[in-house]
Order: sequence, then C-alpha cells, then structure tokens
Amino acid sequence: MSAVAAAPARRSLDREAWIARAAIAALALALIVTVALPLYALLSRGLESKAGAFVGFANYAAYFATPGVGRAVVNSLVIALASTVVTVSVAFVFAYGLTRSRMPYKGVLKAVALAPLLAPSLLPGIALVYLFGKQGLLKSLMFGQEIYGPIGILLGEAFYCFPAAILILTTALSLSDQRLHDAAVSLGASRWRIFRTVTLPGARYGLISACFVVFTLAITDFGVPKVIGGWYDVLAIDVYKRVVGQQDFQKGAVVSALLLLPAVLAFTADSFVRRRQVALLSARSVAFMPRPERMRDGLLFVFCAVVALAILIVLLTAAGASFVKFWPYNLELWLGHYDFDNKDGGGWRAYYNSIEMALWTAACGTAIVFLGAYLSEKSNRFAAGRMAIRLLAVVPMAVPGLVLGLAYIFFFNDPANPLSVLYRTMAILVISTIVHFYTVAHLTAVTALKQMDPEFEAAGASLGVPWYTTFRRVTVPVAMPAILDISIYLFVSAMTTVSAVVFLYAPDTALASIAVLNMDDAGDIAPAAAMAMMIVYTSAAVRLLHWLGTRGLARRSQAWRGR
Amino acid sequence: MTGLSSKPSYLRVAGIAKSFGDVAALKDVSLSVNEGEFVCFLGPSGCGKTTLLRVIAGLEPQDAGRIERGGRDISSLPAAQRDFGIVFQSYALFPNLTVAGNVAYGLSRRGLGRAGIAARVDELLDMVGLPGIGGRYPAQLSGGQQQRVALVRALAPAPGLLLLDEPLSALDARVRVRLRQQIKALQRRLGVTTIMVTHDQEEALTLADRIAVMNHGAIEQAGTPLEIYRRPASRFVADFVGVMNVLDATADGGTARVGARTLRLSDGTAQSGPVHLCIRPEDIVVRGVGAATVNAVSARIETLEFTGPFFRATLRLDGGDATLVADLSANDVSDLTLAAGQPITVVLPPDRLRLYPRET
Amino acid sequence: MRAIKSGKMLAAVFAAVFLIGGAGSVWAQAKTKVNVYTALEADQIKAYKDAFEKSYPDVEMAITRDSTGIVTAKLLAEKNNPQADVVWGVAATSLLVLDGEGMLEPYAPKGLDAVKPFFRDPRNPPYWVGMDVWAATLCFNTIEAAKKNIPKPESWEDLTKPVYKGQIVMPNPASSGTGFLDVSSWLQMMGDQKGWAFMDALHQNIGVYTHSGSKPCNLAASGEYVIGISFEYRASANKVKGAPIDLIFPKEGLGYDMEATAIIKGAKNMDGAKKLADWSVTKEANELYAKNFAVVALPGVGKPLEFVPADLEKRLVKNDFAWAAANREKILAEWNKRYNAKSEPKS
Repeated sequence: MSAVAAAPARRSLDREAWIARAAIAALALALIVTVALPLYALLSRGLESKAGAFVGFANYAAYFATPGVGRAVVNSLVIALASTVVTVSVAFVFAYGLTRSRMPYKGVLKAVALAPLLAPSLLPGIALVYLFGKQGLLKSLMFGQEIYGPIGILLGEAFYCFPAAILILTTALSLSDQRLHDAAVSLGASRWRIFRTVTLPGARYGLISACFVVFTLAITDFGVPKVIGGWYDVLAIDVYKRVVGQQDFQKGAVVSALLLLPAVLAFTADSFVRRRQVALLSARSVAFMPRPERMRDGLLFVFCAVVALAILIVLLTAAGASFVKFWPYNLELWLGHYDFDNKDGGGWRAYYNSIEMALWTAACGTAIVFLGAYLSEKSNRFAAGRMAIRLLAVVPMAVPGLVLGLAYIFFFNDPANPLSVLYRTMAILVISTIVHFYTVAHLTAVTALKQMDPEFEAAGASLGVPWYTTFRRVTVPVAMPAILDISIYLFVSAMTTVSAVVFLYAPDTALASIAVLNMDDAGDIAPAAAMAMMIVYTSAAVRLLHWLGTRGLARRSQAWRGR
Repeated sequence: MTGLSSKPSYLRVAGIAKSFGDVAALKDVSLSVNEGEFVCFLGPSGCGKTTLLRVIAGLEPQDAGRIERGGRDISSLPAAQRDFGIVFQSYALFPNLTVAGNVAYGLSRRGLGRAGIAARVDELLDMVGLPGIGGRYPAQLSGGQQQRVALVRALAPAPGLLLLDEPLSALDARVRVRLRQQIKALQRRLGVTTIMVTHDQEEALTLADRIAVMNHGAIEQAGTPLEIYRRPASRFVADFVGVMNVLDATADGGTARVGARTLRLSDGTAQSGPVHLCIRPEDIVVRGVGAATVNAVSARIETLEFTGPFFRATLRLDGGDATLVADLSANDVSDLTLAAGQPITVVLPPDRLRLYPRET
Repeated sequence: MRAIKSGKMLAAVFAAVFLIGGAGSVWAQAKTKVNVYTALEADQIKAYKDAFEKSYPDVEMAITRDSTGIVTAKLLAEKNNPQADVVWGVAATSLLVLDGEGMLEPYAPKGLDAVKPFFRDPRNPPYWVGMDVWAATLCFNTIEAAKKNIPKPESWEDLTKPVYKGQIVMPNPASSGTGFLDVSSWLQMMGDQKGWAFMDALHQNIGVYTHSGSKPCNLAASGEYVIGISFEYRASANKVKGAPIDLIFPKEGLGYDMEATAIIKGAKNMDGAKKLADWSVTKEANELYAKNFAVVALPGVGKPLEFVPADLEKRLVKNDFAWAAANREKILAEWNKRYNAKSEPKS
C-alpha cells in the first residue's frame, strides 16, 4: 500500500525543497536590497569628501576635532543609560504586578501601559511642555528645575520606551514554572529569597533584552530631544543638525556610524545572551498561578495605578490641548484645531494616507516578517541564506530613522538603480517602514516560533506533507496570536513613524505623523496635538477592533488552547 | 548481523558518520534491519541513538555513509519521501487540529476521499482502544492517550518503517508498562518494521527482537535481548544492561587471579593479562556449596535488602579487597537462615564469568 | 491535487510579498505636472497654487512642502537624480548652496526687468529670483514681561542687558536657516569683532537655542520665554491667533533672507518649471505675496501689514548672500566653538 500511495505525492515533494530555497533566497535578497545596500550607500559617504572622492577617515578626524563632540557623546550615553535604568526598573515592577500578582484591573493597566505605542514621539514632548513648562499645569512639581534639558528628555524617553520594556518583561515574567516556586516555598525560602533565586534568574534574559532595546531606542531617538532637549546636546540631534541644518551628509554619515556602534554592540551582546538561553518552559512545566496576597497585591496595584495615571495624564493633556483655543492665554474650547486642511502638513489627506500606509505595512510586513522568521528558524535548507536573514533582521533596530531615510534617498534615488521607480511612491514609504520596525516584529515571530514544538515540521515531513502545507495548516494557526500582535505593532508604528519617512514622502503621500512635526514647527501646537490625538484614536480603535476580532476568532479557532 | 537472517534485510545503514561542530555524534555506524523486525537503539543520553534515528528518518543529513531501503539507496532522499512514520518524544501532535485531524494529516494526499479518510481514522483509533475521541483536541487528552494518537498518526499512511523516539519516556511507570505491551501487540499485528530509541534497558529487553547498544556514537553490540544480556560484547554493554559485578583480575589462560584467589574460567578461555571479571548478581550460587566446589569464595554478608521478588545481598570477600552484589531468592535466604553479618561461601560458576580487557 | 492547492496558497503569499514592487507602478501617477519643492507655509500655498493653476490650466503643481532644512537636505540628497523641477519659496541662502553644487538652471523669467535689483541673482540670466523678504523680528510676550517686570527692548544691544538673563530664545544657526541669518547679519552689521562680542554677551541671556526658526516666537507666544528671536511672518501669525506678543524690530537694523525661485538643472518638466518661474514674478503673484510679507520683489506692490512698520524695507541691513554662503562653515564652526561646546550658562 505504501509504495502505491506515495507515488502521486512524489512530484510535488521534489519541488518543495526548491520552493523553500527560492523563498529563502528571495527574502534574503529583499533584506540585502532594503537594509544592507542602502546603509552601505549612506555609510560610504562618511569616507568621501563633498566632491565624492575617497578620503578614508578624514571626516571622522574632522568630526572629532569639533569642539563639544565629546560632550554630545557623553550626554548621549548618560541619557540613554539613565532612560534605561528608569524605564526598565519601573517597567519591571509594573510587569511583575501584571504577571505575578492578583491585583485588580490588570487588563486596563496593561492597556494603558502599552498606550504610548499609539502616540507619535512628538506627543510626549508637547504634553510635557504643557505640564511642566514655564506655564505648565504642574510646574510646581519641577521644584525650580527646567523641563527643557535632561529631565525632559528622560521623561519623554521613559514614556516613549515604556511599552517596549513592558512587552519584553511581561513575556519573560510570565514564562515561569509554578513548580519552582512551590519547591522554593516548601524549602522555607523567604519571599525576598524566592524573588532573588527564582524570579530574577528566570527573568534575567528578559531583563537584559529589555535593557538593550530601551538603550538603543533612547540613544537613536531624536524626536524627544529635539522638542524638549534644550541645551542638552546628544548625538541623535547632531545628526539632525548636520543633515537638516547644514546639509553636511558626510558628517551626518559619520555621526550615524557612531550611533550604530552602541546599538550594534548591544545587539551582539544580546544575541550572545539569547544563544545561551535555554527553554524556560519544558513541556511538563506548570503555569504559574499567583496566589492572592493582600499586602503585595495592594502595593503593586498602587504602584501600577500611579504609573498608569502618569501615562494617562500625558495623553489627556495632549487631548485637552487640542481643544483649547490658545494656551495659556485663551482657554476657550475650540474645534478649529482639527481643521487640518488649512495648516501645514497636508491636511486630512495626510491622515488618510497614513491609514493607507499603515494598512499596507501591516499586511505586507506581517506576511514577510513571519515567513522570514519561519524560514530562518524552521527550515534546514540554504544555510547561508538563512544566516543572512537572521543577521539582517536585527540590524534595523540599531539604525536611527533619520539615517534610514537618508540612506533610502541615496540608494533608491540613484538613476542607475532599477528600483528607483519606487522612489516617491507609497511603496517606498511602506518598505522603509517595514524595515524600520522589522527587528521587533521579527523577534516577536521568532519567540512565538521557538515556543512551538520543534518537531512539528519533522512530523509533517514524515507524514509526507510538504512544509508549506504544514506551515499553513499548523504553524500559522498556532502562531495566530503572535501574527496578529505583529500586524498591530506594524500598524500603530506606521501611524506614528516620522524620522525615516520625512525624507521619503512625496506630495501625494504626505503623512499624518509628519503633519504633526510640521505643525508643531510652525507654532500650530494645538493642531499638532490634535493630529497626534487623531493618530492615537485611530490606533486605539484598530487595537480595540483587533481585540474584539481575536476574541471572536479565539473562541472558534483557538478553542484547543484551553482544556 | 546475527540471528533472524532468514528474512531479507529491509533497511541497511553503512558507514554513517555525523558531527555537530567538533563533536562526533556518530562514528562509522553500520546496521541492518530485517523486514518485520523490532529493533531498539539502547544507550545512555548523548550516545548518538536519537541522531542515528533522525539520520535514518532523513531529518538530519549524515556527513558520510549510505542508507538503503529494500536495496534502494535513499541516502539523500528528503524525509517526506522515505515512507517512514515517526513518533516523537514530545509526540508533536498539532495542537490546533483535532485528534481526527491529526491522524488524517498524512492521509490527505493519498486519494482516499473524505469518507475513506474518516473510516481509516476510526479504524486506527479503534485499534489502539481510543474509539470516539476523534473530535477532541490534544490538550484535552491524557499523556497516554496523546501517545497513542501520535502512534496511530504515524501509522496512518501505512509506512514501511515505524520510528519511535523515546515514545514512552514522558509517561508514568504504570502507563508505560501498559503501553509497552500495546505497542508490541500492534507491531506484531501489523508486522511493520520498527526501530525504537530508548535509554530504558527494561523497555528494550521486553520489546525488541534485536537490540543495538550504543555508546559514544558507535554500536557496541547488536543482538537478541538474550545475547545482549547473557553475553555482553564489551565491558560497557555488560555494565549498561542489567546489573553486573566487576572485579579487577589478571587472567592467565584458563584461570584468573583476583587478589589472592585464583578462579577457574570456562573451557576454551585463552585470555591473558589484566581483565575485568564480571558476573551477574543472580548467577552467584549459594546452595550446595562446599569448600571444595570449584570457584568457591568465602565472604561476609554486609547488607541484605528485601526487594520483593528477591533479596539483594552485598558481600565483602574475605581479605576485604572487593565486594559483590548477589541476588538471592527468598527460599535461599530462609532455608540457609542468612542474615547480615554472617559469613557465607558462594560460588562464581566458571561458565557465568565474563572477561573484558582492562587497561592498567 | 493537494499539492497544486498548496502551491496556490504559496503563490498568494508571494503575490502579497511582491505586490509592493508591483504596486509601485500603480501608485506612481503618470499625470503631467510640475514637481515643486517649497518651504512656504501651507496656508499661503493654497492661494498661490489656485492662482497659478488658473493662469496656467495645463500645469498642475505637485507640492512637496517641508521646513527649509529638510527641503534643502532632500534636494541635495537627490542631486544625482533630481525629482524637483523647480524650487519655489525656499531661502535664497539655501539656493546658493544648491547653486554651489551646480544644481540650478539659469533662467530669466518674463517680466524679470520689473524686479527690484536686490531681489535677483546678479548673473545674467539669473540662477534665482527672489519673491519676498522675511526679516528678523523679536516676539515679546507682554503678559510675562509685566509679571516679571521686564522692560521692552528696543535694540539688539538691549538684549545683552542682565535683566533679560535666561528670558531670550533664539534658533541654533547650526540647525536653522533663520538662526544663521541672525548670526550672519550681526556679523555683517557690526563687523567681525563687535559681532562676536555681541553674541558672547547675548549668549549669557539665552534661555535655550532651538532647532527651528519659528520655535522661538512660538515659545514666546505661549509664555515659555519672554523674548523670541524669530521673523515677522511667524510673529504676526502668532499675534493673529491671539498670542499676547508685541513685534519688535530692533533699531540697528534687521537681518533678512529671501524666499526665492529657481529651476533645477535637468528638470523633467522644464516647460512647467519655466511657467512657474514666470508666474512668480507677475504682479498677481506679488500681490498675493504682499498679503503675507511687507517687502516683495516688484516695486510698488508691497503694502503695509498689520503689526509691521511701513518702512520695513528701509530697516533691512545689507545682506551679502554670497559672503554669507562662502563663510558659512567658518562662522558655524566659530559659533559652535564659542557657544555649543560651552556648558549651560548658569542662571
């Protein structure tokens, strides 16, 4: 029977290896074209004179001879480290509360903790000025300190990086084995000792990852320091000054390369650490179920509620600002700030463009990212191609958006490049946005895939079923929650992104997030807040739809998860 | 290979080598499996048994060597074309598919039609005593049920070879024994050639027609369970399968010296030089022993443990240079009124003594 | 059969993957239009665009608008494959940078003769032609000044008085064109030595340097600081919106820059670019500029604006664009050395 039955399947089986190879090759090539080559096009400028002649490291020497550079480097490191310490510690306690306690309103608290993801990075800047500026509502809380400077940057970055830290840490903390806790308790370990010997080591890799991600985000972000940095010079602002203020691309490339350094270091270290991470959850682990404990739950709730309140205050301030006629001198309520068509930035058209761009990014990005992660993790063909995908997937995280945008101009607007037809289209905005946010999406997909039984593919293959059928019938359905998470992440990121696309949009592809930047620049701060809030509302609505949708979907297709 | 060679060889592997980085997982492994045979790969963890199974299955490419099935070279065929069913240690049941969906997974390309598939699924589930659970999801099953579903999923396409990777290791002892019997019965009934990887010698001894004992990426011995147990080919096999007493000795033709004692060896033994002298605990004789009996050894009972079916005694040889473990029946113990602390004379029958070269 | 079906599924995935590539050609519209890069304000553009397209119904303006710095950076980055046909309403200083890279196409628009001489590139035909002038202006928040009992300054020199310590905001010349025009005009007006001495003193009073030319006035308008060194268009726009600010035009004279038009060499729609260049020197266009700016290219068109003195043109200092462009790097390096490398002045 077996010999007869196997015959019709044979033809497609020979093909499936080639399909896998072709898919890996196509994805690796796509990443080379959209990540490696543009970066090369930019970074090579750092080794050229203005006229384009090769000058080696002369630009670097000249840059380091500039007075004040050392201070910018130190400032960048200090502020990135401080943001990392503050954000990760607060996020750790918050995530601990979400995963390890029985405090009330966890769902609401988590939603609020992730809300900063929905806001363009200019929003905290605007809101912080309204709150703590010289005319600020809560100015007295500053005790005479200025918001314009390191304190402002720190608060802004903490707001901006908080969701990333929360996402990583809740994942790390929820992967915990009840049996370890039971063992520790039965050995009479004190609560502090359990925390030190069981909880912390278990979350160690999550903590390290969170630190790296926050550090990289904070050191490459220029949105917050530009609005609220005041005197405090940082490298990301230096890129802006060189490129936008002085149109000195050579020095811009030099600073970009410097900014890549800590991020690249961080990622090398991170991947090294990850390699040593063993599966925390074996098949026989028992999921951790915290027991109610009045004191602990109460304290954690108070802490989380205060943090959530702070986030809400920032958002509500921006929302409120968009309705006030002229802060702080005319507090009349007014809807005129939503009349975007008579303001900088492309009006309502820009808003609809943003939605279109975000939808394309979510749809195409999710398909590419997940397929790429799947092939790089689960296939065993074309090792070089898989290695290329894995390496290039983590590069974008380290690249500041401004640098990516410029790199895209240099690469895609080269008349010799056949891909130059993409320039000034919606497509290039979508591509650059997918690339800009590729790393986090990729790592999410990889995490989800690693949690799956590694033998699914082997089981499918041993049953004579091609990999793409198992991918469709098993991998995708099992990973559906992660896939939806990735699509939402890409959608909201595309709605808020500014730095890369500011160089790439064309007249008919203006975007809402850029409109926020331009309106703020032109002094239309209330309309900028209004547009920023439109972005928040839209992303929140999409999130809500996603939540309702997945709940419905979960009831049908994820029935198998429960018992 | 020895034994059962009347049937044609179904699977032949020759000269298989495989390394992971610097670590050689398999070194020049050769073996053939006859049609309908149940073979166990037995060995400690890290011995290469699972790697060998995965190489045979086509899940892991070998660095060198050849795999033939029915005389046809399948060395470079992908897993999907090798016509083997596999049950994984984790079972790898697809959690989002029902039991029926899982079992039917490998059937969908075989042109059975919807009704044909459903019938086959029901038939298979009946066969392992799980009728009517087709609509459930794997998470709703017990470990033993999951194991059986994984087994019938692998058997569904009627593969020529069934590969089992530690299929019972995740189950508790009672379920394990029950399923062991069920697997054996099923294999007999279907006559499907089967290779099972296990680290549990009891499992291997009870299930297998033939056992390949592996160590450090090589097959140390292949043979029937009785051969393996009775005549271990190496010190490692002797130690790994069953319990074995090991004494340092020096052989000299037909005799061996252990400390001050000289023991007779079975006829025809011609080994000389330093050796390990081995004997199974149950082969140590305590009845009908006189001082003149060949290979009589005097000792003192240090401990005597009741294990249920027998007593396990630790004996310290006079002179204090070595201890032996002996399994004594309850009758022996009561008839001879043995107790801890007593002196005793035991016999190490020459035909039960085995010698392995010892490096000094 | 199954294999084929799965193949289809895969094809669909790849179709999705490569759709981006295919979609590019769909999105890239094929209409004939002139690509305009501009730094004009959005509310001005609307009127200008309508008027232009009325005069030239066959040409449609496709406008890429951004701040001066971004537009200039974009144009330079696209140097090898220019996307813009014409640069319109971008600072003359920026156009000189583009000119230095050989990116501009000389063209004498119809009606060029009528343009005031200092509103055009002296070469013939000119590489760029000015439209209107924006001049350095102080935004002075009267409410905050009253609270703090700070007197209204009359001159640049006044700004160095200790009473203004920490109350003044100005744009960083390294990131803002407006900031650079301030610095270069002070140097031209006062001479090298006195100019830097003035800035040394001013630096002691600066609350913060911003990265955009509008920001200082916006910060003054919202009461964050008392005085913002900005330009008159932003100042009047804020005042119209209801900001409690007075516009101050320091009596020593005002630095300025010019919004100007230039055609990009190798423009794909050269015809359309020339039409826009022609239109931008017409009386109709200048009348529209005059609604926002007191000083425009055509004589006799400019009319007094609310909040802006009628004799603004006379108050402008002599601004040698060529000198400023030639010395830009040197000036910025010096500025950077003096004020950026130094730590925050203690207030």
